Amino acid sequence: MKNGELRLKSGSKAMRLVNLFYNPYQPTIDDYYEPWNYDYETLTNSPSKQYQPVARPKSSITGEWMELSWGPNWEDDLAGAHVTGLRDPNVVKMEQSIQAEFENVFMMYLPRICEHCLNPSCVSSCPSGAMYKRDEDGIVLVDQNACRAWRYCVTSCPYKKVYFNWQTNKAEKCTLCFPRIEAGMPTICSETCVGRIRYIGVILYDADKVKEAASVEDEKQLYHAQLDIFLDPNDPAVAAAAKEAGIPDEWITAAQRSPIYKMIVDWKIALPLHPEYRTLPMVWYIPPLSPIINTIEGKGSSASANDIFPAIDNMRIPIEYLANLLTAGDTAHIRTTLKKMAAMRSYMRAKQTNKQPDIRLVESLGLSREDIEEMYRLLAIAKYEDRFVIPASHREEVADLYAEQGSCGLAFAGGPGACGTL
Amino acid sequence: MASQFLWVIVPYLALVLFVAGHIWRYQRDQFGWTSKSSELLEKRQLRLGSLLFHWGILFVFVGHVMGILIPEPFYEALGVTEEMYHALALAGGIPAGLAALAGFVILFRRRLTVKRVRVTSSTGDWVALGFLLVVITSGLSSTLLNVNSHGFDYRTTIGPWFRGLLTFRPDPVYMETVPLWFKIHILAAFGLFAVWPFTRLVHVFSFPLRYLQRSYVVYRKRMPKSVDSLDRAQ
Ligand code: SF4
Ligand code: SF4
Repeated sequence: MKNGELRLKSGSKAMRLVNLFYNPYQPTIDDYYEPWNYDYETLTNSPSKQYQPVARPKSSITGEWMELSWGPNWEDDLAGAHVTGLRDPNVVKMEQSIQAEFENVFMMYLPRICEHCLNPSCVSSCPSGAMYKRDEDGIVLVDQNACRAWRYCVTSCPYKKVYFNWQTNKAEKCTLCFPRIEAGMPTICSETCVGRIRYIGVILYDADKVKEAASVEDEKQLYHAQLDIFLDPNDPAVAAAAKEAGIPDEWITAAQRSPIYKMIVDWKIALPLHPEYRTLPMVWYIPPLSPIINTIEGKGSSASANDIFPAIDNMRIPIEYLANLLTAGDTAHIRTTLKKMAAMRSYMRAKQTNKQPDIRLVESLGLSREDIEEMYRLLAIAKYEDRFVIPASHREEVADLYAEQGSCGLAFAGGPGACGTL
Repeated sequence: MASQFLWVIVPYLALVLFVAGHIWRYQRDQFGWTSKSSELLEKRQLRLGSLLFHWGILFVFVGHVMGILIPEPFYEALGVTEEMYHALALAGGIPAGLAALAGFVILFRRRLTVKRVRVTSSTGDWVALGFLLVVITSGLSSTLLNVNSHGFDYRTTIGPWFRGLLTFRPDPVYMETVPLWFKIHILAAFGLFAVWPFTRLVHVFSFPLRYLQRSYVVYRKRMPKSVDSLDRAQ
């Protein structure tokens, strides 16, 4: 996305206007799947006959019977990885080729929502200016009333998180459940996650430095550049500046208690997804550790972390794969992060089995006893109020909510938020 | 009487509908204001059809401005003779018109034969297509039947009449000698103008030129209490 300067990969502004009548990169519905429904009525209306009635799939677009050949989650687990797996750019980039052979197979689940990027390419590519980033909380939205269906957001988001609605002819995306966020509530996906793996909090950052950070030459440095623009809310100078900029006290306190600030900045265990896209994504991930621990530790033994560290390189999920996902290919960070997680486990296990935790190990990773225990509380106990520290935005005081009805949400007729569509 | 009706009343009715319709639609139906792209549903035929049609029609539009809106004395002042103008008009107009027609036929066929596109078409789409069909074919026939540079000259007839409409000094007398094909073309065009604001054609006015000078990232601030909070922050 650059040439000394930050550029959209899909071309210049003028190029995009020239291509307005036909977007060469746009996916068609078959690249997703043709939506369908079943005619369940035949099951209940069928007269009694010799064979059991069958509900057949019917296309939601054309209303014709259809033969299903692809659909949502079609390639889950082992079902379709042989079709899409080898095209996975994260796999393609790996040096030692992993084969899609049964014994080498690994599965990893990565829930992906819109990253609500600091430098959102969807917004940059929207010719009508319908996409925007909210000043107060950074949520990226599509103004449904301003969208003119030029579809550049669909092709310009490297995370493929904007979709085109073929019924309303408008672009749609994850809204970070903004009405809930405004009310101080977590998003639905975070609230309902049974694994309690999702965390939401406030991060203060220097918006003037975004462009500079996104323009860093070396892809591997993008992660650090992004870390550098985050501001420390506990620094009195930052808090004062935030207050001066009109950020409510409630928000500053929330930033100070932010669970994600701890994971991202203090402990550095969370990493951005594909930082090399230069959009400065804001949904960060902690790389997974489990499979190796289970095999090495085996039979409930308390293997020491010394055994675990070398084993990290032999994980079932190759470290290069994680590095391609989270650090632009830099395996060093992944290794440190995984070591931190492993150290936390061994520390807590020792503690709970009344053994002497190896504090040297923890300190060698730049963490303290308190850090480890706090990490454990946040990650393993994961209380609701620790996971979600979201200040209410008191939007009712600043906006004309009545006039804004239906302008950005997806609850209009035909939208996914409306009852009774599709 | 009939000429008064056809060449003054009908055009004004159509233009009033055109202008008022756009204002009304812009105020009431921002959500429905879209180019209604069907590239998601079908892409292969769209590629050739849409490119030919849109680029063709853009040049055709430029041609109309040059032939109808810009008066003949202007060209004379520039030293462009009748022959030169005519040659230029044909050299530019015929290829552009043919491209637009070819694109139109491809798109029309696509809409009829690709089931996904057909079932997602609205009445407005069909009406717009119908008018466009008549406008494009009659327009192209008029040009092709008028290759002779000593033939009918629209710059001394249709041109002044149309400019008269725009300056509120309509004179139907100019239209008396106009050949039938041109008349069909003009009436169909005004029909198209009349339905224009109620179809997807409104997207023409959304051609996003402002994008060129906009900053890349758009931020919207929390607005003070006002209905303006809906307006686009640049
Ligand atoms: S993930 Fe995609 S849709 Fe979301 S803000 Fe970033 S560029 Fe835009
Ligand atoms: S539940 Fe809300 S935040 Fe989560 S993906 Fe959906 S819209 Fe986005």
